[in-house]
Parts: sequence; structure tokens; C-alpha cells
Amino acid sequence: MSGVRGSIWRQVPLLVWLVVLWLFLWDQVSVLSIVTGLVLALLVTRVFYLPPVELPDRVNPLGVLLFIVRFIVDLVRASFQVAWMAIDPRRVPTSSIIAVQLSTKSDLSLTLTALAVSLVPGSLIVEADRQDDILYLHALGTETPEDVEQVRAGVLAVEERIVRAIGSRDDVRRVNLSRAERSLPPLITGRRQSAWESRHPMVPAEQYTPEGGYPE
Amino acid sequence: MTADIWFEVASSVCLLIGALLSLAAGIGLLRFPDALSRMHAATKPQIAGLAFILLAVALEQRNWATVSTLFLVMLFQMLTAPVAAHMIGRAAYRTRHLRRELLLTDELADVVDRASHDLATDPATRPK
Repeated sequence: MSGVRGSIWRQVPLLVWLVVLWLFLWDQVSVLSIVTGLVLALLVTRVFYLPPVELPDRVNPLGVLLFIVRFIVDLVRASFQVAWMAIDPRRVPTSSIIAVQLSTKSDLSLTLTALAVSLVPGSLIVEADRQDDILYLHALGTETPEDVEQVRAGVLAVEERIVRAIGSRDDVRRVNLSRAERSLPPLITGRRQSAWESRHPMVPAEQYTPEGGYPE
Repeated sequence: MTADIWFEVASSVCLLIGALLSLAAGIGLLRFPDALSRMHAATKPQIAGLAFILLAVALEQRNWATVSTLFLVMLFQMLTAPVAAHMIGRAAYRTRHLRRELLLTDELADVVDRASHDLATDPATRPK
């Protein structure tokens, strides 16, 4: 997989998604809507070119489901908490700006973690350091240093759920290592994971590049 | 049709919850002390508020054409709200529209100070 062929196959998920989007907008599935959708999708991807995103080499459907359910629960619970903070007449909430060092290196995990954390009320991404994979977030209602640590652990838990769902093998290895440093059991183990790890030596964080992580 | 009544009730409850969350967001926008805290009110209870209101519409209409469109509304709201919040939050932080006396810690201050110091003093260390 290299050159032109590789770049075309990489765009297939994006094209399919754009056609599905078009069908959703038209509320009907017909030959005409599919053909026009396909033409538009090709046109849009040619005119508004985006740098290709490294897609993960593994997907765990159960992990995806787990992440979505937990995300909705967090979203609803935190919404009511922030709503209560807004109308609670007794005090003005104290905030913090917290740096969270993520374990993974891939752009996709960083982006999804930032999105998920940002959507849950009470935390707002102020700055993201792509080079060192640090998220700086503004957290509402942190009254004590314990609250700050709780927010930090919460962000890492979100990252772990994302990695469990659609993290690449490299993401899994980095999360497992980071958990080992905190003397926690590895997130995912398995024959295929260890086989992959033995074939691909670890790239140090400083030398990691999103484009050329691991040539197949 | 008893089933219809239950859908109506569920829809009304969702609509009320959504409205209350949006009201709280409005109050938060007025009451929170600085720009960054206000971003929480402006972007966040709204997400769940919108979700509940869309759910109410879906329960009321109950056909795929509506649900697919509502799904798109929710999806793009969820994709764009964090980006908008991030851009405004970043600008607010850098232009110092925040009240530091209400912050417990600020782990970004050193990094930004160092970066702006580097930029101001030595062009050679300017990041490419």
C-alpha cells in the first residue's frame, strides 16, 4: 500500500460518510440521490482537500458502545451539575486551569479526547499541545486540590475508553505503559497486540511523527 | 390510543428538561464571573438542553425522515460547539479576560509566559 493507491483507499471512509450525510439530508435513498451524493463527495474532497488522518488499525465494537453510553451518562450528569452551579445563589464557583499529559501520540486520539472532554460540561479545552500531547483545560467548580486531581484522572479515563474503543495498537501500547507506571493493570492484552508489539519496536515520544509512525 | 398519550407525556417531559437546562445556561451566562467560566454556560448545558429538545421532537414526530435530520443537527452541534468554545477560550486566556483570584491553579501560565518571553527576547528560539 503506497502512493496513489494508498491515498485513494484512505479516502473511501470519508467518501462513504459524505454520501451517507447527503442521503440523510435528502431523507430518501434513490439512485439519483446516491449518484448526486457520490459526485458531490468527489467534488468536495477535491476542492476542500484535507490532510489524511491516520485511521486506527483496530476497532472494538463493545468498546465503542461502552464509550458512547458512558459519554451520554457523563454529559447528562455534568449538565445538571453545571446548571445547578449556575443557579446556586450561595457561591461563585472556583475554577482551575489544569494540564493533562495524555499517554497516546496519535492525532485521532488527541482530537477525540479533546472533543469528548470539551463536550462534557464543566471542562473546556483552552489549549492543546500536539507536539507533547498535553491538554490544558479550564475546569469549573474545583474547590480543592483533590478536585483538580479528580478532573485529571477523569480526562485520562476518557482517553483510555477511547483507546479501548478505536485506539491504534501503538495507542494501546502507550496507554498500557502509562498505566504500568501508575501500577495499574494493562488496559488491553492479547495475542494480536503482543504479536504487533514484537514486530514494531517502540518509537520514542520525541521521535514520533503522525505521518510516518509505522510503515507496514 | 394509549401509546400516543405516553409518547406525548415523554415528549413534554423532555421539552421541559431541555428548556430548564437552557434557562440555567442563560442564568450562568449572567452569573459566572469571567469569560472562561461563561463559556461553560454558553456551550455546555446547551448541548444536553438541545439533545432533550430534539428528543422531544423525535418522540412527537416518530418518523425516520425527521429523526435522520435531527441526528445531523445534534452531530454538527457536537462537532462545532467544542471548536468554538476552544477558540473563544484560547483568545480569552491570551487577552487575560479571566479573573485569576478565582482560579485555584493555573498550569498553563508558565508555558505561555515562557513562550511569549522566548518570542520577545530571542528570534532564534522562535518555533517554526
